[in-house]
Formats: sequence, C-alpha cells, structure tokens
Amino acid sequence: MTTFTPTTAAETLSTVQWALAEEAPLEVIGHGSKQGIGRPVQAEHTLDLSRLTGVTLYEPAELVLSAKAGTPLAEIEALLAENGQQLAFEPMDYGPLLGEAPGRGSIGGVLAANLAGPRRLKAGAARDHILGIHAVSGRGEAFKSGGRVVKNVTGYDLSKGLAGSWGTLAVLTDVTFKVLPTAETETTLAVRGLYDEQAVAAMALAMGSNAEVSSAAHLPYPAVARVNGGRFGSDATTLLRVEGFAPSVTARLAMLTALLKNAGPLEEIAGEKSRLLWGEVRDCAPFAGNDERPVWRVSMAPSDGHAMVMALRRQTAVDAFYDWQGGLAWLRMESGEPEADLMRALVKKHGGGHATLVRASAADRAALPVFQPQPPALAALSARLKGEFDPKAILNPGRMA
Amino acid sequence: MSGLAMPKADSETMARRATIVADLRAIVPGEGVVETVNEMRAFESDGLTAYRQLPLVVVLPETVAQVSRVLKYCNEHKIRVVPRGSGTSLSGGALPLEDAVLLVMSRFNRILSIDYPNRVVVAQPGVTNLGITRAVEEEGFYYAPDPSSQIACSIGGNVAENSGGVHCLKYGLTANNVLGIEMVLMDGEVIRLGGRHLDAEGYDLLGIMTGSEGLLGVVTEVTVRILKKPDTARALLIGFPTSEQGGQCVADIIGAGIIPGGMEMMDAPAIRAAEDFVQVGYPLDCEALLIVELDGPAVEVDHLIGQVEAIAIRNGSTTCRISASEDERLAFWAGRKAAFPAVGRISPDYYCMDGTIPRKELPRVLHGMRELSEKYGLGVANVFHAGDGNLHPLILYDANKPGELESAEAFGADILRLCVAVGGVLTGEHGVGVEKRDLMPEMFNETDLDQQMRVKCAFDPGHLLNPGKVFPQLRRCAELGRMHVHKGQVAFPDIPRF
Repeated sequence: MTTFTPTTAAETLSTVQWALAEEAPLEVIGHGSKQGIGRPVQAEHTLDLSRLTGVTLYEPAELVLSAKAGTPLAEIEALLAENGQQLAFEPMDYGPLLGEAPGRGSIGGVLAANLAGPRRLKAGAARDHILGIHAVSGRGEAFKSGGRVVKNVTGYDLSKGLAGSWGTLAVLTDVTFKVLPTAETETTLAVRGLYDEQAVAAMALAMGSNAEVSSAAHLPYPAVARVNGGRFGSDATTLLRVEGFAPSVTARLAMLTALLKNAGPLEEIAGEKSRLLWGEVRDCAPFAGNDERPVWRVSMAPSDGHAMVMALRRQTAVDAFYDWQGGLAWLRMESGEPEADLMRALVKKHGGGHATLVRASAADRAALPVFQPQPPALAALSARLKGEFDPKAILNPGRMA
Repeated sequence: MSGLAMPKADSETMARRATIVADLRAIVPGEGVVETVNEMRAFESDGLTAYRQLPLVVVLPETVAQVSRVLKYCNEHKIRVVPRGSGTSLSGGALPLEDAVLLVMSRFNRILSIDYPNRVVVAQPGVTNLGITRAVEEEGFYYAPDPSSQIACSIGGNVAENSGGVHCLKYGLTANNVLGIEMVLMDGEVIRLGGRHLDAEGYDLLGIMTGSEGLLGVVTEVTVRILKKPDTARALLIGFPTSEQGGQCVADIIGAGIIPGGMEMMDAPAIRAAEDFVQVGYPLDCEALLIVELDGPAVEVDHLIGQVEAIAIRNGSTTCRISASEDERLAFWAGRKAAFPAVGRISPDYYCMDGTIPRKELPRVLHGMRELSEKYGLGVANVFHAGDGNLHPLILYDANKPGELESAEAFGADILRLCVAVGGVLTGEHGVGVEKRDLMPEMFNETDLDQQMRVKCAFDPGHLLNPGKVFPQLRRCAELGRMHVHKGQVAFPDIPRF
C-alpha cells in the first residue's frame, strides 16, 4: 500500500506507467474531499495529486486561468476575487454534505466531478467552462486537448470528455478554465409559503421573464429551517436570484416583484445575506453534517422533479429541496434506506433524468449502483470509451460501475 | 482539388455501386436515393467550394429507422458514409468521397416540441438554426448561437461543428446550448444523450459529440435551450487610429466586468470594403473599427453604454457613435454583416480563415499577416470576434490566375501557424474538416492525436464514418489499441511516497 504524491506532471506520468506495468490499480485523489462519492475503489495504491499545485497562467483580460490539477479551489477562487472575477458556474463543495470540513476541493476535482452550483441555469457547469487539459491516460501516456483561448473547436473536445469522469479515464495534471467577471451586486427575491407545485410554476414564470434570474430554488419545510440561521422559520420559501450591475438589479427586481405580486408574500434579501444563502443551497447545507442518512442528487426537467418527489413521499419519508428551477432535487432518505430501485423507477416514470446516490454508507455504495445505470447500447459505448483511455482498468477501478 | 490527399477509394465498393444503390432503395424508397451525376452535382461540395467530389450515391432518409438501417447496412458491407446537414461547412466537413454514401439529413426538418416552462425546443437535425428562433419568437424567445449562415445551416450541423457566432462570448457556443441528442452509431444502434434536464449522466459523450465533425455518429434529434429575447440592444461604433488601441479598449471593457452581447473588430481593408459596399458611414480614417453591442434591460444598457464610451475615449478613439434607434444599430451592423460579400466585390475570390488567438497578441498577428501578405503578393482583410479572440482573415485571390489558389491556401496555413505560435488555435468555429486537417500536427503531437483517434475507435472502429476529415493520418484501431508497456520499470525515483 503506497501513496504516491507527485509534484510534477512528469512524476505523475511515471507513476501511472509504473502502475500499468505492474497492473496495480490506483485510487486517484486530489484532496480527497469527494472520496466518499461513488463505489468504494478497490485499489492497492493511491495517486494523491494534492502536491501537484500552482496557478500556471492567469490573464484576467483574456478571461483564462490555468492551474495544476491539485491546486486548491479555495486558492483559485481567492485569486480570482482579487481581480473581480470568478468561476461563473460556482462549483459546489461536497465537503460539508459528506461530514468533512468545507473548502478542501481541488481544481482538477472540479472538472472530474463536473461540479456546478445554483447558477447552472444561466452559466452551466464545469464542462461549459473548461478550455483545455493536460492529462495522463490509463495507457501511461501524457496527452493534451483544447487550448488556452476561449473559443476553440480544433479536434474532439476531450476536455469535456473528462468532465464528470471521476478519475476513471485519465489523471488530470493541468486544467485551463474560462473565468468571468463577478456580478457587481445581487439581490434575492423570496416568495413565501408555496407548495412545491406552485413554486415550480412561479420559478418557471420568473425564469421565462426578462428579469434574467440567474438561480431559482425552492426550500420546503423542514429544509428551509436549516438555512440563513433559520430566518425563514418553517414556511416554505422560493428563492430567485438577480445579479448584475446595481441599476439593472434594481430594475429587474421591480419587474420580478410585479410579475409575482399575487404568488405569495414577497421578501428581498440583499448583498452578503443573499450570497450566504446561495452558498448554502449550493453546498446542500440542509443535509450537511455527520449523518449517514442517504442523500440523492436527482436531475430531471425542471417541471418534472416535484411530481417524482411527491410520488416518492407516498412510499417513504423524504426530506427534499430543489435547485435549478426544480430540475435538481436533493433528497435525504429519512428511513436510512437508499431505495435505489424505487427512486430510479420513479425518475423514469416522471419524464426521465438521472439519480446519483451522493451520500451513503460504504456498504450501500458497494452494493448499489451509485451512478445512474445506462441503457445497454449507451453503457456499451461508455465501456468502450473507458477501454480506449484505460484498457487495463488501473484508474479508480469500479468507481462509476 | 489542390493537393489534398483523401483516403484511397475502395475499388470493391466502387464495383458494387449498382447493388449498393438497389439495396439503399430498398431501405429508403421513392426519391430518397439520388444517383445520377446531374442530380448529385448539387451535393459535390459544401461551403468550402474549392474542393469538389461526387459521392458514390446520395441518400436522403426520412426516419430514424431508415438512418439506422442505412448505417447498419454500410457498416456490414464496409461502405464509407459522409453525413451532411445543409452543406454550409466552411472547412469541407461534408465534402463527399468517391466511394462513400452521402447521407443527407435535410428531410429531418420538423420541430418536434416546444416546451416553454422548461425553455427547450426539440427539433429534428435538418431544422435550420434560424428556424428554431422563428418557431419561438412570437413568445419572445430565441436560440442564442447565431453562426453567420444561420438562415441556411442546420441544427444537426451546428452540433457536428459546435458552431458559434457573434453572440457566443456572452451566450456560449452550441455545446453550451444543447441539452440532449438522439444519434445513430455506425453499427445502427440508436442512443440518446442527455434530454430536457440540465446535465447528462455518466461520461460527457454529448460534449465529445458536439464538434466531432460527423466522425462519431449521425444526429437524428436535438434538444436545445432557448432564451428570453433581451428587452433592448444598443450598439457603439468606435474607431481607433491603431489596432493596439482597439485591442486595449476591448481588454478594458472586459476588465470593467462588462461582457457585451457582441464585440466585433474590423481592420482598415475590411472597413473600406464594407463602407464601399453598404455606405452606412463607417469612418475611413481609422485602422480598427469596433462594434460593441450591449443587450439586456434598458436601464442596464444605458448604464453600460456610458461606461463603454468612457473607456473608448480613454483609449484614444477618433470616432464613437452610439446608436439612437434600432435602425441605426442595424446600420452599424450592416457593414460587418456584409463584410464577406463586400470583400467579394473587391476581389474575384476570397478565402476565409478562422483562427483564435489570445487577444493581446492581435497587433503581433496583424503585423505578421501584413508581412505574409507581401510575401505571397495577396491582399488580406480582417474581421475579428474581438471578445473571444476569434480572427477571420479574408485572403483575396483570383482562382482564374494559375497558382493563386495554392498561394492563398499556403498563406492561410501560415496565418494559422502564426495563431498557434502565439498561443492560439487552428479553428475557433469553422472546424478542421479537410481544410485544416494537415495542420493538426502544428497544435497536437502524435500522442494527442492518437488519443483523439481512440475516441473515434469507441464509436466507429472501422473508420467508416466521414474518413479523411480532421485527422491527417488515419491509424487502424487495432494498431492504436496496442499497449507499449515496459515491465520492471521503476517509478520516478524522486516521487515522494508515504
């Protein structure tokens, strides 16, 4: 049992080549903040990228930043903030949900897990902002894809191909992201007391307006009681975020207020409080903590999610809240049982999508498909792709199986 | 065709042409199979008209089942297939092959569903880019990516090329606006990637498919995201004495946290050609003309117009006009939008290139281009998506003069090499196709290209789908799959281990 901690891309390559020659599988980790997601990896050795660090290029005017894969996300976000910029897709931090300290993720992990946040509706996910990568395949070869400019269609987009691959195709050594200006200000409009179905309708109305809402979430009770220090009490709350230049935010908020004046009692949450609130939604704060109750992350068409949750509630006790206009449902199974078959059957029945068991005991994660099983032809294609990158299955074997 | 080596035609396939045509007619009845030379002429090239080739036969299927059966048949009989949408590719992505079936998707021309609550449209791949906007504009929505061929180009072709357009700095490329596709693999399997939900599960095959230039599968349905049309759009027309000042102005706008809906630059030859053509009052005394369009709520647009104007003046602009009406805004754009035909008036032929550079390298690249222009004795005019560094040099030549096409191509290749040398890339939005295929080694080494080709092997191990495009040299999948493992090699001795 050896842990390799390379500090250069060349050392990373050499480690993978050694593992390949020995046919000794590697568990690939950055800082380990998401190690508890996926099937437990059966690997004798660990490839730890936490010392492969450093920002290698940052040009604010060109909107690009490159960093070695193990660079802490927190360090990158701090650097961007100094220049009034950000990763617009606001990558979530799984740490608190998995009972770990916050702020531990790496920039490579952001891509490997294809992280996103509440601004997903407007700004997309990591896959939408990745411009280029350097990586080492399971074949023991260093390769690159993409570039360091914001517009590029030269060759297959393998950078996107590695998004959400959880370290099972290649080991990222260097990533380049598009960065964008941070909004000058933000204000959240909260609508109080809506049932899920009403909230989904209100969010669709808001998102389809010219108010340019960048995030839309709905927190029923009891999830709502666990954000912003309990300020919302026990009333379900629907949140709509408006970001931009101050005069524009004021105008759009007025537009939104007029649009939703009959929806329910309205309340404005400005500035820092708004930012904190969306940070809590992003990091799934209502279910955070040292808690083994299973948590599902379910992605469906925004109008479909609540009907699936309603059907699920009829069969088992669930604590739920919604992001992405209702298209992302976070669900905690109060009985302690993951109910994977039931969950996936209901997702399918209510219009399709996918469900990932992001928090569960190691035993459940070993026994159940953590990631959504795919139809046979698609599963076969994914398996062939894995074979082309990592034919000996030495990188995170079994993690996504 | 000027010195472009395509895969050697398979003589066995050529000899079986009559049988193949008959077999395809059994799959796609009626007028869906086109085989006479006269009728096939319409398909012999795409938007890159310097290259022409008649296909073996043209098939225009109407159903997914037909696409699946055609591909399965071709796969079983080792017949090559070139997919084609509307044929507007500027890189020869849909250039036929002598021994290949040309699979034309134009009959897939229906919008299948419009879902306003989720803001998505499901369309067949032959629907035009603009057709999607037309279908939803009454409700105030639009589809954001707007390649200049949007009136003709198909949404399926947009997926194949990952098409961009003037608005993509703010609103993204095709890849950022497509949520799902249905596609057929070369073996006839039909698969779906993504859907109406915001992210797809598993490996990002949708990300790999988008921009894969018809080499991995044939798209039979596309689900795109639509956006609410902005309340207002206003533009500034700004002239600078030097391209350095224009470039710095763009950098300062972005530095101020402003991402305009569109930001276009033209150099002196392009300005002159455009003004001669459309006469909208472009200033002729400047070296760089910038059009900055701001869109959104009226109050935001007014607020930002003032800021951009101040930035322009600070950078020494000699002209700065602000559109006071929709007509004036459109007039600002008229010259830019007519830049290609305008250049077409001053030169018998022009060759449009498409590199991307880090924006700060613009003066260096323009200078290099002037030197190359002298070397090759050919003029060049530049239009530039300034926000994202995507450069479209238009090389002026006369195809009737012996050797000029070859000179223009060599000039173009040198420009792209220059783009790569300054940290840029070969193509920002037009694709590699056949045009830039042989330049791929400028950007990628053999290992990089091999890994890309291995992705191809996962989708189409026989290299039957659109061969001869994108990759300069095709290597067999069996060869690519071979592992070179050196047993007993010790891991890097300096790696810290715990």
